[in-house]
Order: sequence, then C-alpha cells, then structure tokens
Amino acid sequence: MSAWGRSQALIPERAARRLVQVIPRAAETLAGARPADEHAPAYPPVATMSAGRAGARAVPAFVALLLALCAWMPAAAGERALLPADTPPVYRQECGACHLAYPPALLPATSWQRVMSGLAQHHGSDATLAAADQERIARWLQAQAGTSRRVREVPPEDRITRSSWFLREHRKGEAAVWKHSAVGSPANCAACHAGAERGRFDEHALRVPPGLDSRLLRAWRD
Amino acid sequence: MTDTPTPRPWRLAGRSLRAAAAGLALALLAPWAGAADTTPARQLERFASEAGRPGAVEAGRAFFTRTHGGAWSCASCHGEVPTAPGRHASTGKAIAPLAPAANPRAFTDTAQVDKWLRRNCRDVLKRECSAGEKADVLAWLGSLR
Repeated sequence: MSAWGRSQALIPERAARRLVQVIPRAAETLAGARPADEHAPAYPPVATMSAGRAGARAVPAFVALLLALCAWMPAAAGERALLPADTPPVYRQECGACHLAYPPALLPATSWQRVMSGLAQHHGSDATLAAADQERIARWLQAQAGTSRRVREVPPEDRITRSSWFLREHRKGEAAVWKHSAVGSPANCAACHAGAERGRFDEHALRVPPGLDSRLLRAWRD
Repeated sequence: MTDTPTPRPWRLAGRSLRAAAAGLALALLAPWAGAADTTPARQLERFASEAGRPGAVEAGRAFFTRTHGGAWSCASCHGEVPTAPGRHASTGKAIAPLAPAANPRAFTDTAQVDKWLRRNCRDVLKRECSAGEKADVLAWLGSLR
C-alpha cells in the first residue's frame, strides 16, 4: 500500500492490532481459563478444553481481523495512490520541479528508457541531470514502470498525455479545460486532481480550476 | 480510475483546498530541496568576479524579460516580476518565486544554481549564459523587494 493509504489507516490498524492482543486474553478470563490443576476433576476433558480455548482465541482474532480490514478498505479502495512509497526524493526534486512527479506506472519501461536517455531534449527543454541522479532515477523508473495491459502500449512521443487510456479517461470535454489559462496543459494533472502530487487521481478528489466559465464548468462536471 | 462514480467536487471543497495547499507548498519547494551552502549575495559575487565587473541591475531586468531568438524568455516561466510565483510555460506547473526577497531558498545551493542556469539558458538562448549575464540577472533579482 502507498504511504498515503498507510498513514490514513495507521490508527485503526494499530487499534485493531491491540484488539488482537487484548481480546483473546479477555475471552480467556471470561471463559474461566485457569492454570491446569492436577487435582481438579478432569472436566471438561483436557483435549476438548484446549480446543475450546483455541476457538475462544480464534473468534475474537477473526473479528479483529475484520475490523482491521474495514479500517484498511476505504484507504485502499477510494484512495488508491499511484506514487510508490519508495519514490526517491531525487525523483520528486528533479522531475517534479518542472512537472508533476508522474507515477512511474503510467508509462511502459520502453518509454521511460527513451525519456531518460533523451533528457538533453526533453520535450523541447534541457532537463539534463547529474550522472548519479540520472542513473538512480532511470533505474527506479525501470523497476516501477507500468506493465498493465493498457499501459504496456508505447504512447506517441512517450507522453503519458497521449496514451490511449489517458485520452479515453479524459474524453468528455477536458481538452477545452486543458487550454484554459488556469490549467494550461493536459500535463498539469494537479490543476484538477487535488491529490496528484501524492499520486492520487481518484475522481472524488477533483477540484475545479479557478476561473472556468459556465460552459467549461459544465464540460468539467461531466 | 474508471469504476468510480460521478465526482461531486463541491462537497469536498474544504478537503480539496487543504490538500491543494499542501500540494502547492510541496510543489513550490521541491526544486529548492538542496542543501543550503551559499547565499544569493555570494552567488552574485561569484559571477561578478568571474566576469570581472559588477552585475548591472537594469541590464539584468532587460535580459530576463526579453526573448533571445527562441520562443521563451526567462519571464515566460518565472514571470515578468519574479517576486510572485511563476508558471512553467509548457506544463503549467507552479514555480516558486525566483527573487530572494520572496523565496528564502532561492540561490542557496550552488549545485542547484549551476544546474538551473545551465539548463534554462540553453532553453532560452540555445547556449550557456556568460558570467556577466548571470551577474546582471542576480543583481536585478536581488534588487527586487
């Protein structure tokens, strides 16, 4: 899970883990579990009793597991973050200076390889890096590159914004919104995707770019 | 991304604004994340001594705001008066103010200063800037309040 998702779920997860520790002990107390007494009548038989105790332990553990799962689910489902937790600071600092630190899974390895070996002419800009930084970033991008069916296809000019999945996701009038001065470019994800800096692009966390007229606003809301 | 229902951004305005503010702060500071090993005044001194003359404020302003044969000037991304945040001319990304008066982290990391001047001069002038040009621009930026 992403750092973002993890931080969101941190407290409930910890609480759930505490429950896993506490509940079986409480259950034992309630069930009258006590140190084995050789002189006490063998009732219930030792085998049955140990099975019962294991059961008493398993049920609350199961409940706690469910609780933990509930705490984790919204973070995982609604807030899927695409920027890996191990994103190197140098990637954010260097690549993220001119444009969003794009999630590496949005381009295939072939594209990242070409992007990183062509930084002297990076879409019309000199984006050359210190050799060590370039190598570190290139290696990480190769490891994290997209492999899903829709990302595997190499987009024209190795641009995320020209990928067919990207155009499909933004087919309802977004092109006009991109041209608006508040947005400027389809590459400016953060203009609408409020969580883009953290790698979150879910449609619940959209924000309206300032200054859209009513026509564009309608297109935007579609 | 595909299986989420229609967005209702107006309900989430407060949350989005907070997230936006955090994102913006992160975005603006990202390029200046290097270790502070120098000051704008020392960088000006460096370029002036390399050039063998002091930086000229007015020449720096003129250099910064005009184009040099290409499509972009320095101001295309940094703005005509870089005490305000700029905006990347092609990606639309916010850029922290370049003037030290508006950005305490500007020109405080030698490696970053050299890297950005090397790259951006190539983008705007199709060559690296001379020490004199750098001194002029730094003199002007340092004069802005």
